[in-house]
Amino acid sequence: MAENREINIHVPVLARVEGEGALDIAIRDGHIADLKLRIYEPPRLFEKFLEGRDYNEVPDMVARICGICPVAYQMSAVHALEGIFGAQPGSWVRAMRRVLYCGEWMESHSLHIHLLAAPDFLGYDNAIAMARDYPDEVRRGLRLQGLGNAIIRLFGGRSVHPVGVRVGGFYRAPDQQDVSALLEKLRCALPDAEALVAWTASLNLPRDDQTFTSVALRHTDEYPMNEGRIVSSAGLDIPVAEYQHHFREFQVPHSTALHSLLHDQPYLVGPLARLNLNLDKLPEQVTRAVQATGIAFPSSNMFHSIVARAIEVYYALSEAVRLLEGYEYPFAPYVPVVPRAGVGYGCTEAPRGILWHRYETDEQGLITSARIVPPTSQNQARIEEDLRRSLDAFGLASSDEELRRRAETVIRNYDPCISCATHFLKLAVSRP
Amino acid sequence: MSGKPKVAVHKFSSCDGCQLAFLNLGEDLLRVAERVDFVHFAEAGPVEPHAKVDIAFVEGSISTPDEVARIQQVRANSRFVVTLGACATAGGVQALRNLADGGKWIAAVYAQPEYIHSLATVTSIASHIKVDLELWGCPVSSRQVLGALRALLFGVVPVEEQDKVCMECKRNQTVCVMVAKGIPCMGPVTRTGCGALCPAFGRDCYACYGPAENPNTLGIARRLEGLGLAPDDIARRFLFINNAAPAFHEAGLRAKGEAHGGKP
Repeated sequence: MAENREINIHVPVLARVEGEGALDIAIRDGHIADLKLRIYEPPRLFEKFLEGRDYNEVPDMVARICGICPVAYQMSAVHALEGIFGAQPGSWVRAMRRVLYCGEWMESHSLHIHLLAAPDFLGYDNAIAMARDYPDEVRRGLRLQGLGNAIIRLFGGRSVHPVGVRVGGFYRAPDQQDVSALLEKLRCALPDAEALVAWTASLNLPRDDQTFTSVALRHTDEYPMNEGRIVSSAGLDIPVAEYQHHFREFQVPHSTALHSLLHDQPYLVGPLARLNLNLDKLPEQVTRAVQATGIAFPSSNMFHSIVARAIEVYYALSEAVRLLEGYEYPFAPYVPVVPRAGVGYGCTEAPRGILWHRYETDEQGLITSARIVPPTSQNQARIEEDLRRSLDAFGLASSDEELRRRAETVIRNYDPCISCATHFLKLAVSRP
Repeated sequence: MSGKPKVAVHKFSSCDGCQLAFLNLGEDLLRVAERVDFVHFAEAGPVEPHAKVDIAFVEGSISTPDEVARIQQVRANSRFVVTLGACATAGGVQALRNLADGGKWIAAVYAQPEYIHSLATVTSIASHIKVDLELWGCPVSSRQVLGALRALLFGVVPVEEQDKVCMECKRNQTVCVMVAKGIPCMGPVTRTGCGALCPAFGRDCYACYGPAENPNTLGIARRLEGLGLAPDDIARRFLFINNAAPAFHEAGLRAKGEAHGGKP
């Protein structure tokens, strides 16, 4: 076909992603001459809004960065602030924060699998159209999403911008009877989540192995959520506080979200990276479901991200059941904290990957400086690298429509949350 | 496809959380899709931003020159425009940048104007176009959004709650956190619709649903002062999620001692 045709693919509004992005690809003489994931979502400058705010206001403020993963922002923030104040919230708070995070993983991953990603692999434009032919699968997915939301509501009253998290723990502990009622529903959904893993693995996923570096948290005795060291598949193993010595953020003209590199190379964060680096931390029943897929994890095929997401839905559901089975109403749902001046770091596993926060406070606990690195901005360089390679492998001689579809599918593997990514433009520019 | 009413969901500067009022509906989402035709809803798939629609739901505030033009298009193409949540209705938390002192901070932001196209201020949808219905809340709830949708489909004016959160606490028989525990709560001046969640969690309402009808901001500011809050502390409570809503904006500046002189 036209080896030397000139192709310009322009997708002005990327559909089925969170937030506003666009894609421009220029192909000249059978090569990709230019490729840009353009992120034009307006920056909202949260790091600046946090300055001068009391530490108690931070969980409510940072939740507003993302409607899809507010819990992640609250978790990274409270861990960073408790680090400054030397607060030790104890085992009850630790376990319940994990349950809350399980809820967000289930909600976010189920939404992505069913409403955003799966239509690509089954040939539909959207989930509503897909539901006409796959009603049971879509309904199962929406139920799992709903259960994730129910967990968040149990601890926070509502699933978007929940109100229950405070520095030191929770404002309120759930009643035993509410826990028991939800636990019963969660238990009943375990077969659904297991079936979801098998279903995603049965989708007609392209084979496209690539070399990339996975980055995730790693904890000595559990699948990572709130705690751990930052590790990579290339041997990095550092405490959270050393992040900025190894990772570099920089601005590119075509994106309102900063790009990020590890030792000057793109890297992957998110479910596939997390699973690749923490397979040995999955409980037995989840490991069996992973093995039953026939996919050899760790995987270097980005299209396995949807399977990794389903595996994490199953894991999160099992983990929530396990932790809530031992639920006891606590003496107090939080420990009191005494503010002091200092610097603190928090890094937790948001549904889309590591979310790193750094705060400075004064002696009254007012925030004097904040820095937030969300997962999607970290993935941008990797997405562009992946697009160049996978479109080449797909065949640049394909029709414009085929190329556009493939490019969009590749981008959705990363579940980019653009609203999250763009709120952090560094402001250290030419301050007089 | 059919005679179903056409609906669009447009996103401006926001966190995407209010659109979740649809996407978090679970199986009800499929039921809604049987009654209306989502012709533009980028996050859910359909992209047809210039389609003529019966109802346009708008999430987010106006913060870029492109958005100024885009919202005019939305108005021209829609029979009803409904704002979804604090950003669209009152500018949202990002309107805090309007308060940045002396423009110094803004200048720092625009040091690379060739990359970033942002307006100096963040504004609500109604500052640009006529809005037919405003839904408050950060975030709006599915109940609110479906209630509004259903009322519009029946051709009646939707009822929006304007009561104070306090009224809802009384109806729920929630113990008042301010009276019982001396916790500084914004419930007395905040519009309900959330279900009075925060007091039910034993904490202070932080006014995410915006000003209630006829809010006594002077009274609550005095009460907060009586509870020992410093002027800055009081100001921050008004200047938070709904900082650009006129009643809160003015009360916040007054608490800071900048009343009347300040402008949004």
